[in-house]
Amino acid sequence: MAKTFDRPKALTDKPFHYCPGCTHGIVHRLVAEAIDALGIQEKTIGVAPVGCAVFAYDYFDVDMLEAAHGRAPAVATGIKRVKPENIVFTYQGDGDLASIGTAEIVHAANRGENITVIFINNAIYGMTGGQMAPTTLIGQVTTTSPYGRDPKVAGYPLHVSEMLATTMGAAYIERVSVHDVPNIKKAGKAIEKAFRNQIEGKGFSMIEVLSTCPTNWGMAPVDALGWLKDNMIPQYPLGVYRDKEEEAKAQ
Amino acid sequence: MAQVVFNPHACKGCGLCVSACPKKIIDLDSKALNEKGYAPAYIKDREKCIVCGFCATICPDVAIKIQE
Amino acid sequence: MAKILMKGNEAIAEAAIQAGCQAFFGYPITPQNEIPAYFAKKMPKIGRTFLQAESEVAAINMIYGAAATGTRVMTSSSSPGVSLKQEGISYIAGSRLPCVIVNIMRGGPGLGGIQPSQSDYFQATKGGGHGDYHLVVFAPATLQEMADLTKLAFDVAEEYRVPAMILGDGILGQMMEPVEFSDYTPRPKADMSWAATGNDGSKPRSVINSLYMEPSELESMTRDLFATYGIIAERETLVEEYHCEGAEIIVAAYGTVARVVKSVIAQLDKEEGAPKVGLIRPITLWPFPAETFAKAAAQDSVQSFLTVEMSMGQMVEDVQLAVNGAKPVRFFGRTGGMVPTAKEIKDEILSICKGGAR
Repeated sequence: MAKTFDRPKALTDKPFHYCPGCTHGIVHRLVAEAIDALGIQEKTIGVAPVGCAVFAYDYFDVDMLEAAHGRAPAVATGIKRVKPENIVFTYQGDGDLASIGTAEIVHAANRGENITVIFINNAIYGMTGGQMAPTTLIGQVTTTSPYGRDPKVAGYPLHVSEMLATTMGAAYIERVSVHDVPNIKKAGKAIEKAFRNQIEGKGFSMIEVLSTCPTNWGMAPVDALGWLKDNMIPQYPLGVYRDKEEEAKAQ
Repeated sequence: MAQVVFNPHACKGCGLCVSACPKKIIDLDSKALNEKGYAPAYIKDREKCIVCGFCATICPDVAIKIQE
Repeated sequence: MAKILMKGNEAIAEAAIQAGCQAFFGYPITPQNEIPAYFAKKMPKIGRTFLQAESEVAAINMIYGAAATGTRVMTSSSSPGVSLKQEGISYIAGSRLPCVIVNIMRGGPGLGGIQPSQSDYFQATKGGGHGDYHLVVFAPATLQEMADLTKLAFDVAEEYRVPAMILGDGILGQMMEPVEFSDYTPRPKADMSWAATGNDGSKPRSVINSLYMEPSELESMTRDLFATYGIIAERETLVEEYHCEGAEIIVAAYGTVARVVKSVIAQLDKEEGAPKVGLIRPITLWPFPAETFAKAAAQDSVQSFLTVEMSMGQMVEDVQLAVNGAKPVRFFGRTGGMVPTAKEIKDEILSICKGGAR
């Protein structure tokens, strides 16, 4: 039986603007729960992206910055370098992080910036109305791939966790999902670890969270969870892609 | 005794809690649309609730609490 | 204090350090490379931050992040790199953050060249990025000014919560001159309670943001910003008037070109029957010293104005607006990295006189 369960302190009272069944809300709660669990609300500074989570500064009850599209890792770098005592995180979607912001995320990871990155991969652009993302699956229909993503025209789904795991600077990279309760619990643990790593000075940690976009996928919210499980997870396998500490122990 | 409490005002009627409930005792109340126009989730058979918290865990709008 | 012989770029960096600049983020580009090199050497030794970013885009966003914490920060670049920074500069202006941005101009458009130029005047003074905003733009003409104006730029940026720019050119950046670093008295510390440094609940949390979904809110924020610009224009406009008393021709020039004009005036002073020439040298390009030009235009002795720039004519538009048709405003410029010579400027002045403007 569950103990008490309440709104985390690190969330404001403002209701999320997200569409019904959008899993952004779950991930917001997990981030806030991690901040509460680690007792870091007073020193946390968050960086919001451009995309559906653009209003994240309204929801996290910590000091917040709104970054330009894709630039959150650079903004977080600027904060962390002058205020190393603060805990700095970015919250970015796949258009923000995996398309327009690839330079910033790759170099933040490679420098081993001691920041925490929460990366929402829902295989589509939500805020602008369902365009193809770098993470859109082959054959997936979006407003800008109306006949399904054709790799001959639009290339292939981008595997961000795998890519960043090859950088020498990254300390911890894990891909999780929020399509059911056990996976949500795992995702929560991963997010907490990514924050704890920063507290312990371990360096760059990113958690990629497979998420749904019922509205732009054109599905009922519950069906979207099933679609994620059946279609996204085979393309984007869950698991830890980099754990510098474990690698060091193994050697 | 802990108890699951639904906030009908915060609910968007997405039904994720309905699908996550192992006892299948949650439903959307189409007769009681909230101010946002959504049919809010409710527990139709509270006696069968085991307070597992799955509904609260999957709720994207933090609309479900577990209280003493 | 003894004078030190150094490069203009180094003078800027040293002045920034003395002004309390805690972090520098930049990306290599000629002809400003001595600035990051100076910071890279000095900053780690005094416990401050130097970081070479992966791009100008990243560098300006690092500035955005660091400035949001209320920390004194600087970036520098040259023309093509400053174009890349414009997105970030717009966000910094919209979010009301102070910082200092250095542009050591080279020729453009495009990749242009690496020789000195003043062809980024429009970009620097008219906004540069998208939206309604200005930078406070300082245009040093000597290395001493490069040092002094850099210190002032930090103070002004912080006092008004606006980004400030040091607009130099490749000559000023590369040349050597003696510089004196006198004891610097900073302005009284500005209120920094807006800064995002973590929130213990003792004040409302800081949200550094330039997004407004309500048009009326964005309009009101922009009007506040422009009210601040009005105060800046009133209090912070800087200009040098040189030999303007009784002048027949007033030359308008800034930075490197103003130095050449001064040598022309010195030559003409020695020549019998030569026209009497004065110089108005804007030290702040924004706010522009329009009033100084308007007053000069109303002077009976003044027959005409000549604007000289290392561009195809950019500041000349502000001179024309300020003079407002009261007297003719002419233009002479070299561009692409060419510097107007004293002879060229002198010939231009003499041809104006022959043309009957006298």
